[in-house]
Amino acid sequence: MNIPENLKYTKDHEWVSIDGDIATVGITDFAQGELGDIVFVEIETEGETLDKEEVFGTIEAVKTVSDLYMPVSGEVTEVNPDLEDKPELVNQEPYEGGWMIKIKMSNPSDADSLLSAEEYKALIG
Amino acid sequence: MKHTAFYELHKELGAKMVPFAGYEMPIEYSGITNEHMAVRNNVGVFDVSHMGEFWVKGPKALDFVQWVTSNDASVLTVGKAQYSCFPNGKGGIVDDLLVYKYEEDKYMLVVNAANIEKDWAWCNEQNTMGAELENASDSISQLAIQGPNAVKVLQKLTDINLSDIPYYSFVTGKFAGVDNVIISNTGYTGAGGFELYMYNDVAVKIWKAIFEAGEEEGILPVGLGARDTLRLEMGFCLYGNDIDDTTSPIEAGLGWITKFVDHKDFIDKEYLLKQKEEGVSRRLRGFILEERGIPRHGYEIVNENDEKIGEVTSGAMSPVLKKGIGLGYVKTGYTKFGTEVYIRIRNKKLKAQIVKLPFIKNN
Repeated sequence: MNIPENLKYTKDHEWVSIDGDIATVGITDFAQGELGDIVFVEIETEGETLDKEEVFGTIEAVKTVSDLYMPVSGEVTEVNPDLEDKPELVNQEPYEGGWMIKIKMSNPSDADSLLSAEEYKALIG
Repeated sequence: MKHTAFYELHKELGAKMVPFAGYEMPIEYSGITNEHMAVRNNVGVFDVSHMGEFWVKGPKALDFVQWVTSNDASVLTVGKAQYSCFPNGKGGIVDDLLVYKYEEDKYMLVVNAANIEKDWAWCNEQNTMGAELENASDSISQLAIQGPNAVKVLQKLTDINLSDIPYYSFVTGKFAGVDNVIISNTGYTGAGGFELYMYNDVAVKIWKAIFEAGEEEGILPVGLGARDTLRLEMGFCLYGNDIDDTTSPIEAGLGWITKFVDHKDFIDKEYLLKQKEEGVSRRLRGFILEERGIPRHGYEIVNENDEKIGEVTSGAMSPVLKKGIGLGYVKTGYTKFGTEVYIRIRNKKLKAQIVKLPFIKNN
């Protein structure tokens, strides 16, 4: 199980990479493994300002559909354009090419409540 | 939770196991899409040992089968099988099944795992003619070897000429050194291939022989996930989704296995005949989404004016078409092929077209 040390995590199995007030968000290696083959990532919230824990999109695997939650509050400034044609990137490289959105954080202090790699590891057991 | 004879093998292969119909079953090994395409283009093996098998024996065997099932079992000769269903006496379906004529006065009914107990109780209740019934579900294992290269792989393990076994026919014989294996040219994928029935104690031996024989072809184990997407691409019904106790075989498009012939009386015959003659108010139809999205069980089917005209019973992203496909019951007036309908997916209304089944061309 790949859980990079330099990232933050949520209990909803998302990873967050913080750079200044910009947060890049994706789902974890554990999450993609649980979901199985991802066939569709639908994110239509670009330009919207959403609260932490609001739904920013949905991810469809062959067998299931799951909501994607904002790990922090802010404006969705960018959506990964590659996922439209290649949703399988989420399976293949969840922490790189499979990133989903970039958020301009409203409260950079939101990042403090995210889980560390160690805490996330403990969560998934 | 019950285990099939192949349980340890699934774990060794790293399968993702899920509870299904009281069994812990593999839903996927290498990924549903990969397994799906392996069956479409090459060959894959499914453990379907959770399916139920009932023997019906004795001089009243045919009378019983004719009464409880909708298809005409009197046309079966030894070595032939047919698809059928158990009407439930209220216009619905208890289960769908395969009927094998194993010997004169001996039939094997293969039923869905989730319905074994219900079917067994129903068969016993309906057995007023006194056929001999035996529930052999716990002693029989079943493998489905499906795909265009299935015959090539399996032929290495038997002297029986598999190409001589027509579709919906079977031979009982020696396979991988094991006697009395039922080798049936049937399946739930539309990709061609065989289903094998064997006793539990020889099951692992047969699995290993198949994987050894199929190594050069790159044979893959396939889970229930791909089994579902494969059957859906063919428009095959799944009990519990597309048919159930409240759907009639006529509504479900199973009129072709509902035989109204003079020499056969069966449960719901008159009721279903009336439905066939007078028409039904809804029918099961296949549809393809014209926009990006994936239909799922329970989603609403609506018309242009947002009026509900039906409900999705099965849906998936077709790995072959790379489009959302589904089955659902739609009201009369919307059942014609080519009709535009809409599927409600979350906050959206996506355009779909009613199409003729199967969704993809049969191999």
